[in-house]
Amino acid sequence: MRWPSRRAGLLVGAIVLGLFIVLPFIGLHVPWVLPGTLDIVNSTGTLEVLALCFMFAGVAVGYDMMFGYTGLMSLGPVLYFAVGTYVFDIALTHWGWSLFPSLLVTFGVSLVLAVVLGAIALRVHGIAFAMVTLAFAQAFYFLVESNPHNLTGGDTGLSLSYTRMPSFLSGAVSNTRNLYWVALAFLVVAYLIVWLVTESVTGHVFVAIRENELRLDVLGVRPYRFKLVSFVVSSLIATGGGIVYILVIGTAVPSVVASTTVTLSILIMVVLGGAGTRWGAVVGAMVYVYLQQYLDKVGAEPTFTRLPAVLRVPLSEPQFLLGAIFVLFVFFAPGGIAGLVVRRRFRRASAATLLSAFQGLRKGGGG
Amino acid sequence: MTNAVEISDLHVSISGSHVLQGVSFSVPSGGVTALLGRNGVGKTTTLRAILGLVASSGRIQVLGNEVSGWPTHRIVRLGIGYVPEDRDVFSGLTVEQNLRLAESGSGAQYDEVFSLFPELKTRGRQRAGTLSGGQQQMLSIARALLNHRPLLLIDEPSKGLAPKIVSEFAGVLERAAEHSTVLLVEQNLSVVKRLAQRIVVLDHGEVVHRGEVVDLEDPTLVRQLLGVAGAA
Amino acid sequence: MNIFLVLTFSGVALGAIYFLAASGLSLIYGLMDVLNFAHGLFMTLGAYAGYEIATRLPSSLGAPTLVILAIIGATVVGALAAGVTELILIRPLYGKPISQILITIGLDLAGVGLLMGGFGSTALQIPVPLWLIEPTHIGGLYLPNASFLAIGAGVLVLIGLEMFLALTRYGIIIRAGVENREMVRALGIDVGRAFTLVFVIGGAMAGLAGILYTIVFSGDLVSPNQGDSLLIFAFIVVVIGGLGSIRGSAVAALAVGLLQQYTSFYIGGHSGWAQIGDLSTVLLLAVVLEWRPRGLFGRVA
Repeated sequence: MRWPSRRAGLLVGAIVLGLFIVLPFIGLHVPWVLPGTLDIVNSTGTLEVLALCFMFAGVAVGYDMMFGYTGLMSLGPVLYFAVGTYVFDIALTHWGWSLFPSLLVTFGVSLVLAVVLGAIALRVHGIAFAMVTLAFAQAFYFLVESNPHNLTGGDTGLSLSYTRMPSFLSGAVSNTRNLYWVALAFLVVAYLIVWLVTESVTGHVFVAIRENELRLDVLGVRPYRFKLVSFVVSSLIATGGGIVYILVIGTAVPSVVASTTVTLSILIMVVLGGAGTRWGAVVGAMVYVYLQQYLDKVGAEPTFTRLPAVLRVPLSEPQFLLGAIFVLFVFFAPGGIAGLVVRRRFRRASAATLLSAFQGLRKGGGG
Repeated sequence: MTNAVEISDLHVSISGSHVLQGVSFSVPSGGVTALLGRNGVGKTTTLRAILGLVASSGRIQVLGNEVSGWPTHRIVRLGIGYVPEDRDVFSGLTVEQNLRLAESGSGAQYDEVFSLFPELKTRGRQRAGTLSGGQQQMLSIARALLNHRPLLLIDEPSKGLAPKIVSEFAGVLERAAEHSTVLLVEQNLSVVKRLAQRIVVLDHGEVVHRGEVVDLEDPTLVRQLLGVAGAA
Repeated sequence: MNIFLVLTFSGVALGAIYFLAASGLSLIYGLMDVLNFAHGLFMTLGAYAGYEIATRLPSSLGAPTLVILAIIGATVVGALAAGVTELILIRPLYGKPISQILITIGLDLAGVGLLMGGFGSTALQIPVPLWLIEPTHIGGLYLPNASFLAIGAGVLVLIGLEMFLALTRYGIIIRAGVENREMVRALGIDVGRAFTLVFVIGGAMAGLAGILYTIVFSGDLVSPNQGDSLLIFAFIVVVIGGLGSIRGSAVAALAVGLLQQYTSFYIGGHSGWAQIGDLSTVLLLAVVLEWRPRGLFGRVA
């Protein structure tokens, strides 16, 4: 049996998307499972969490193109995410620019950074590449933390000024519904971009690079440029995510938006969902972010605080639970959620992805 | 007579390419069997599959044991000495340390190895990375001979070496073959003719010829199988 | 000039801690291809073990004894945690290096989460003897005593590790394995035992680094994320030094420690830009990689 066929997949995707589009109009009362404080589906709290889910899902699918499809394990996507958050925030808040110039300069800065730093980092392979991207991202973290010219606000963070924002987006609380749709739109755009790229000839070269880079070299294809394209497009998507983040949350704090934790979370989302499958990354991110927020809420509830410490401490700590779930997945379901759902088709691809992302890692070194 | 190595229907894929496609042959105990073929037909991969260094499917029997799926160190401990294609001495370790690593149990035959290669004794404290190619090959062979293993897997011992050294090594291997079974991968046909009794020829991941070393006297067969011009 | 010497001294102390944190990582990577993110957790666990020992044992033992016990305890706990990690989580995934890396990421996340749940997110204070807080007066310089402790530990470990690697059979197996793991197997040696051993050694050094960092550089404070921030610098040191090289780690750790101290004082001190010290280490990494992509002591292809 060959399912889901492409058409069935599209259908499921379209139905889910349609449901999410109309969700803010549904005032359904659902006990227990919602992350917001109210048990109502379209409450502000729940919509905000879902917006975060969409935002990370977009970033994750962009990362999947680089990691899952091209086999590049970058440990620096947070850099481009944080560039999105901070440059956009600074342009609006400090420079008083309006929305579109701010968007333009944010993507411009991200593009230049991704091309330059990507070009440098891709000179090395495998683990060295991972480390260099990690180090660049960390440098940006230090930079943001140091609050140069009082631009970033350092550890206390930088709140977004809404004065120049179009009215339908201004104010994180009053326009949660609109921001929810913005985040959803971002996810759709990110997904379409990744879809178009991965289904194109360029995308096939990505997979060929992942499978066997040396062989491509022999065929006369220069993998370097393709890897750079994958890196840059993925980075720009992360920047879009950063912009959506600051719109939804309204404040940028280095430890939350610029630290390596964000990178590791993105990596975990993609692996949890199933690397190299696109929709797996989306599902992985949604599940991860939703659980994170939900467990945070549940952990503080009185039912939990009454438990003995042996149970209470681990169960009320989302970071522990997510880490443990992730460990179990890597052990027992290395193909991620996608691998569990569609065993036959994806298992091989995902296992191959994981292995091949590592191919030549030990070879390391100069390009 | 039992077989030291028996391979049947061996398949190996390496990063997507099907390197060995159902290789079957056996290596009878005693003497030298040469594994021949053009570059890249899977000779080295066959040796590595026997050692469990690459994942394979099919049956592999070594010294009477079904070893498919075993970890390498267990297979080797059945009694294999291995001389890899690129010598693979540990360049950061001294000659002495390289030999010490190869010891298994207390039966290490240092005297014998040093009488074969006196140079290794005098250079005991030298780092293996600073040895010449020929000396590294000596060390690599010495490692394999140190424990009087019943089975030796030897991959292109003459590669990149001067003729004089090659014939010295051939002499050493000739002596080793007196008490061990040798499976030899070698491109140098004169070495093969001197050492081997039996030959197995691979092409495109399959066995295309099994026979005696005298088959190499037939120039058409040699050209057809190995793509080289006649017997030297 | 005096300031320069004091900075040099504390730079060497910082370098010593970076060395302890990095050399285990480097060995683990060199031998097993595992980029061990849980190393940060091992450091933090060491620090918390030290805290538990120093606060739970009767103070009648005296502060100096308590500190020594805390340091020993941190080392042992680091070693145990790493050994158990290798046996339970890493070993079943041999041959799947990416999965191994991912496992260590998950473990680090879960472990730090558990520490946050158990000890809270706020930093805890380890009681230390006054002697450790006071400086020693040498030739017109006031040098912090705690730094002597770090430097002493770093030098001892470096010597011990070098001797172990040069003289013992397992040391030689580890060095050979870093060079060519396959060939070690092909000599009939079970590399798996060396893997566990390297994890245990690395974990011990991580635990030691964790408690020493607490005592020497973080004002005796222990917090759940301290290991992870130290881990970033350890990674930088490992890459600069060359993956798999102990000597490389030692040299790079010293360079990074000194650079960080100098820049944060001379540049950061004047401009008020405190993070320049941290930033400079990343710049050093970029420069080294441009010049030698395999790091200072990395193997040539």
